[in-house]
Amino acid sequence: MLTTIALPVAFALVSAAFALSAWRLLVGPDVPDRILALDTLYINAIALLVLLGIYLTSALYFEAALLIALMGFVGTVALCKYLLRGDIIE
Amino acid sequence: MLDIVLSLLILAGALFTFIGSLGLARLPDFYTRLHAPTKATTLGVGSLLIASALYFSTQGEGVSLHEVLITVFLFITAPASAHLLSKAALHLKLRSLAQWPPESPEISRLKGASGAQSPQRPGSPV
Repeated sequence: MLTTIALPVAFALVSAAFALSAWRLLVGPDVPDRILALDTLYINAIALLVLLGIYLTSALYFEAALLIALMGFVGTVALCKYLLRGDIIE
Repeated sequence: MLDIVLSLLILAGALFTFIGSLGLARLPDFYTRLHAPTKATTLGVGSLLIASALYFSTQGEGVSLHEVLITVFLFITAPASAHLLSKAALHLKLRSLAQWPPESPEISRLKGASGAQSPQRPGSPV
């Protein structure tokens, strides 16, 4: 089984990606940098959930991944609208 | 055979996700940083989702289509959020490494006629 080797490597890579995005979230000099880091973090979370679904052979995690995708997009748009207009729903 | 394809897709997806976040952490200014995760990470997650769809379709429970939903949604929303982020960054006049384009002779002539100084944009590198 090649996937028994590939899956732990993929977990390690995505976790490293998580750490790098979290670092940018902490140090990011400007507000858009931090929003971009949050955007990347939720996409990384989707990647990690999909990997976990393959690892545990469970289709339960797709609903969670879909919800994270929806809510993450709404959050990014709301934060950007706040920066652009000073208000979210005018 | 399926095992090899699955492993390749999983490794490629994880690698692209990692490269996208590496670009987010390492690149020098916001506009280049915006470039890395919105493309590489989306591609990485897309390839992971294809791997997942292949895996669950060959488990004997019929074709799995949940992943297509997430893929389509991500591929539609990633450019939209990147566009909004770049608009916010331009609105805040973030520091950019790019040179300002040379002025056209028409604008230089108009400025010379009115004797105005070329305006120093806030946030531009000195």
